[in-house]
Order: sequence, then structure tokens, then C-alpha cells
Amino acid sequence: MSRVQVKHESKWYPLEPEESVLDGLLRQGVAVPNSCRAGACQSCLMRATSGDVPDAARVGLKDTLRTQGYFLACICKPVAGTRLEVSGADALRVPARIDSVASLSSSVLRVRLSTTAPLDYRAGQYVSLLREDGLARSYSLASLPREGLLELHVRRIPGGQMSGWLSEHARAGDAVSVQGPAGSCFYVPGRFEQPLLLAGTGTGLAPLYGIVRDALESGHTGPIWLFHGARTPEGLYLSEALRELASRHSGFNYRPSVLTGGSRDVAEGALDVLIRAECPKPAGFRAFLCGDSDLVLSLRKKLFLSGLSLKDLHADVFLPSTPRAEASGAR
Amino acid sequence: MSTAAQQKSVYEQIGGEPAMAAAVEVFYRKVLSDERISHFFEDVDMERQAAKQKAFLTMVTGGPSSYSGKDMRAGHAHLVKRGLNDVHFDAVVEHLRSTLEELGVAAPLVAQVLAIAGGARADVLNR
Repeated sequence: MSRVQVKHESKWYPLEPEESVLDGLLRQGVAVPNSCRAGACQSCLMRATSGDVPDAARVGLKDTLRTQGYFLACICKPVAGTRLEVSGADALRVPARIDSVASLSSSVLRVRLSTTAPLDYRAGQYVSLLREDGLARSYSLASLPREGLLELHVRRIPGGQMSGWLSEHARAGDAVSVQGPAGSCFYVPGRFEQPLLLAGTGTGLAPLYGIVRDALESGHTGPIWLFHGARTPEGLYLSEALRELASRHSGFNYRPSVLTGGSRDVAEGALDVLIRAECPKPAGFRAFLCGDSDLVLSLRKKLFLSGLSLKDLHADVFLPSTPRAEASGAR
Repeated sequence: MSTAAQQKSVYEQIGGEPAMAAAVEVFYRKVLSDERISHFFEDVDMERQAAKQKAFLTMVTGGPSSYSGKDMRAGHAHLVKRGLNDVHFDAVVEHLRSTLEELGVAAPLVAQVLAIAGGARADVLNR
């Protein structure tokens, strides 16, 4: 059976059977930014300049990108015999600089970035952050477009390449770039009296923080519930800012919760139990769920079964970046 | 001589695409909440699955669909390996009936839909 050939910067690379374009290029030493390897983060976006790409490799891309030949290298397995010429997605990247790095808690960094040109995004969407050497990770935006600076909440991961670099070495003024935005977990103005339910764990708070402020500034009048869950109180952050926001908006309810170590101000127990207690009949709500995949998928199902319509359920599952060795070993 | 009303599909008679959109959520909730069959849906993407459920409803009501027995067989072969049988098929048909009844579909039309759905049994169960 004939192999797939991929041409990148005037050199041809053969792919093994069943190998993705991303894995094949990485294996042969081509640096391609990548992160989730599951077709979600869009870090590995590439452009086909000639040859056929399967439709499955364009899932989730905007029509404007599809028509220009863009595809996701991590989920692209062209049919045998294909000769595909590709280029990177440099044209979609916006140069940026680190403005500041600060701690929001012992485990979460607040990274602010300034871009050379305004980035057109909705609060709650996510971007890929690219270091100059091509290292890429995707993060949700906690900022609002009007604020100018992009704000990311980065969880410090032991041994994490990007979070380690950001917390130890990155300095204000360092050049990076940003690609995106992506994702459809954001507030759309309208139905202003509809109750909103926002729930997330860990840095899943970042997009929710953007969405809740976007809704309030857009004039949402219905009740808004924000549930932020963590294992212990140390995993919560921005609590003061959110309590202050709740004191200014009577319809906004902030409910932090932990699995152990609750207190007068912080509920203790499973997030879904707390949500059921506070919002027993969520039919007719609009919901936004962000963070750990197991929690998000199970909450989505529970909310759907309790009457929320699928069109009102917006979920953004956070996928871990996958080290290359593990990814090829698993396949 | 047949009248225009008789020639219309059940799909058109009960309201076409908007009716399917309303029915699919009710139907899918019933299917997911039924312990006899919910485990077949444990690890699926809910939105994609809802789209499939909608395609199924469109097909059994005689709406525009690209149903083929071959697709139905291929699409369920892995579930048959996991034990999909008549009990599960009957459960889905039961949810289909109660969904249509809840939405106020007239009894003769419900009967027509159930007859079409029943006709897919051999394909779904790969017999």
C-alpha cells in the first residue's frame, strides 16, 4: 500500500500507516506547535497548499479557515497515496508580549499579555500561547476585550513546561505569540431574564470569570449562579473579587465549594450536589461549564436530564497537553 | 383516490423539523435516564448522539433522511457485541411511543411511526 507523503518547507516526509500528519512530522524532527492532540485546542493548525485533507481533520474550524485550506494536523490521517503540501499557521498568529505574571493562589498564576494588534474574541474563548521556540499550550481568556490586556489563569503543573517557564523564567517584555481565539463557550446577549448557571473547577474559573462579567456588563437581569469547585480551600482563587462583584449585583450569586476543608463562607461537598441544592429546577436556564473533563461531561449530562436544553448548554472541557512519547505509545 | 393529507409523511403532518427538534430532547432524555439502556450511551459525545437521535426520529417519521439498512447494521454492530438485544430495542420503541404521545401526536400517526421503527429491528440487532 502506498504511503502518505507530506511536503513541508520543500522537503518530503513519509507517514507511517495510521500516523497523523502531526505525529509523522514530529517524529522526523519538524517542530510543529501542538498541545491537546485531540482536535480541540487548534494549536497544531496547518494549511494544506495542495493535496486532499479528510473532512474529519477540519472538525470545529471556522468556515473562513476551512476555505483557506486550514486543518488540524493532530487528527489528520490522509488516505493512502495522498501527497500533501503543507505550511504552518504563522499568518494566524498575533505577536504579543508578557505584561505581568503574578500569583492568584499557591497553584494558579495570572499571566497578562499585550498584543501588537487587538485580538477579536469573546470573553470565555481560549487561545494558544506560543513561546518563541514553538512550545504551545491553550488557555482560556479571563479578560474582556475592552480591557486591552489578555488575561490567562495558568495552573502550575509539576514538571509542566509552559507553566514552569511562566512561573520561573518569564519576564515582563518577553516576546510570545497568541493564536486564536477558539471555542464557543461564551455569553451571547439576549434573553436577559434567563437564569444563568456557571460551574467549573480549578482554572475553569478563568472563562467563567470573563463570561459572568460580560453578562453583567451586557445588562443581564436574570439571576446568575457561579459555582467554583476545588479539592481544598487553597484551590480557590479570586474569591474576594467575586464576593465584591456579588455585593454590587444582587442577582449574582457566587458559591465557592471544596471537597474537604469547608467553612462558613465555603461549602463542602461534591459540586453537583451543591448545584442541585441551590438550583433544584434548572430547566430553562442557560449553563456554562468549564474545567476537568470528567466533571464537565457528567454535569452536562445531569443538567440535560434535569431539563436544560442542549442548545443552552455550553461546555468547554480542559484537556491536558499530551507528551509525545505517551501519545504515540497509546496509538 | 388519495388526498394530499394522506400523501404527506408523518414527518410533515406532525410539523417537520421544528417538531423533530422538540421531540429529540424529550426522547433522548428518556433514553439516557433508562437504566436498562443508558449504559450503551455512557461514553458518547452527547451532542453528536443527539444529532443521531434526531436523524433516527426523522427517519422513522418518513422525513428526509439517508437511512440505509447497511448503515444501521454497521452503526450498531459494536453494541450487539456488548449485548444489545430485543429488550433494549423494545425499551427504545417504548420511549419513542411515549415521546410522541406527550407531544400530542395522534394515535394513528404514532402507530405508523412505531411500525416503521419496528421494521428496523433486524438491522439494528444485526440479524
